[in-house]
Amino acid sequence: MPETIPEDSVGLVSPQTMQFDEPLEFACGRSIKSYQLVYETYGQLNANKSNAVLICHALSGHHHAAGYHSMDDKTPGWWETCIGPGKPIDTDKFFVVCPNNIGGCHGSTGPNTINPETGKYWGPDFPPLRARDWMEAQFRLGVRLGIDQWAAVIGGSLGGMQAMRWSLEFPDKIRYSVAIASTMSLTAQNIAFNEIARHAIQTDPDFHDGYYLEKGTIPKRGLVQARMLAHVTYLSDTLMGDRFGRVLRAGDFQRGQYNPIQFEVESYLRYQGEKFSTTFDANTYILITRILDYFDLAREYDHDAVSAFSHARCKFLVISFTTDWRFAPERSREIADALIAAGKDVTYAEIDAPQGHDAFLLPIDPYIRLFREYMQRIADEVNA
Amino acid sequence: MSRHIRDDLYMLQDWITPKTRVLDLGCGNGDFLRFLMDHKQILGYGLEIDREHIIECVTKGVNVIEQDLNRGLTNFMDKSFDTVVMTQALQIMHRPDLVLDDMLRIGSECIVTFPNFGNLFSRAYLSFYGRMPVTKQLAYQWYETPNIHFCTIRDFEILCQEKDIDILHRNVIAERFPNRIFKELSPNLFGETAIYHLSKNK
Repeated sequence: MPETIPEDSVGLVSPQTMQFDEPLEFACGRSIKSYQLVYETYGQLNANKSNAVLICHALSGHHHAAGYHSMDDKTPGWWETCIGPGKPIDTDKFFVVCPNNIGGCHGSTGPNTINPETGKYWGPDFPPLRARDWMEAQFRLGVRLGIDQWAAVIGGSLGGMQAMRWSLEFPDKIRYSVAIASTMSLTAQNIAFNEIARHAIQTDPDFHDGYYLEKGTIPKRGLVQARMLAHVTYLSDTLMGDRFGRVLRAGDFQRGQYNPIQFEVESYLRYQGEKFSTTFDANTYILITRILDYFDLAREYDHDAVSAFSHARCKFLVISFTTDWRFAPERSREIADALIAAGKDVTYAEIDAPQGHDAFLLPIDPYIRLFREYMQRIADEVNA
Repeated sequence: MSRHIRDDLYMLQDWITPKTRVLDLGCGNGDFLRFLMDHKQILGYGLEIDREHIIECVTKGVNVIEQDLNRGLTNFMDKSFDTVVMTQALQIMHRPDLVLDDMLRIGSECIVTFPNFGNLFSRAYLSFYGRMPVTKQLAYQWYETPNIHFCTIRDFEILCQEKDIDILHRNVIAERFPNRIFKELSPNLFGETAIYHLSKNK
């Protein structure tokens, strides 16, 4: 945490909790009787409640999207670059809501919370969710907050997939859908990466078939490996080359001596893996990567994306990044093409950026400017 | 009707039917699509690659798609638009003839505008100076110009004939003297900008 909070930050924020004592039926056929969602809000809801924006988080995200929880926080929320006063999602103009999705592990009901019926952790017995289950929970949160229609539903990566699903699940409840670095469905390669990550977790001896919390342990090694692998796929070759190159953290290659070598990139990945393993629940990781794998926007529309999007009523902004090889620009172009064919208003930008998939989290000038201009128009429309 | 658009654009808007689908190839700052949205209630999309132009389109609320025309238009389905427009960009294309094919495949009708290289001024410049014409509108030296495929009105009409393209309307703009007086007499000699309304339905 810097000594003073920057002017373009939402500042100190506190998470809130909403308890729902009503059953939530999931797409898999199972249901839960009650649940809670942890969420944060920034900005003020206007008098006619038309300026609310829903932020959907990605795989490793959560409700803390912007600002700081305390003056001791080392880092702000995960989308601090885009949410705040004067930023693309301008908190002077929008009422921003970001929940931790159900099935998550940062306070909302999920595998690492207690199942009231058994008195034990849900663990691997938590219902296998699909993305639409999140939409329903998010929708109900909106209703409780007095929001009838979202000015925009916005997300990057898996968050963008939710933003698109919203446009089909609740066409009248959303004016704009913003999908950044996203896709309508994962490729075989994407699924393969997710399966390697799950395999690493599930084969960790501390995994105990998912009942590790009851054993008082966590599958740390598996989580570290899963995160190290995933992290590589979020960056580009160029970016890793620029940031780490072949720089050595320890050791050298001097003749006649042996000093064990550690490359900078090795140390970086281990640090990322370690950090993640202490803050993320393994069962949630498995659950959410499966949500990603199962997601197919057009599946129930006869696998026709144009027919799927013909049900949408909102306008769309689609953004991709040239070096994103996890959800490549081709995936976003497919979205834009389908939207055009379906006769929907859409703007599509392909941002030339070396940072790979994670670019959507970074302050890349053309991206931020375009995003801000687009959101500004929405703000003018809903605050008029 | 308020007009804040270029002359060639104002002239061709008559050929666009209200409430139809319009694709603008190389839509620039989005002024033309915005004009058509406001005055003809069209559903429009513009293709553009210039970063600043894309942001201007966003600011104006114009649907803009970042796409390089030279990479083809295969992502657009046959007859998916009522009108496909390309203004002052044909001469920039790597293969103007193929772009024209694509435009006529995607749109029921097409509108193209281009600078007429058969204009008296260009002819005189080349014959007197023996150098490639440089004008206020086309202010590039030969080695740096993006305009790599200049043609004349006659060239263009021969291409249309070869390709069996119907010319629904033709218009020429000529603002300098003596062009503006004689443009109807010989469009290829006096026309500065050519405007064509095309179709290939048969």
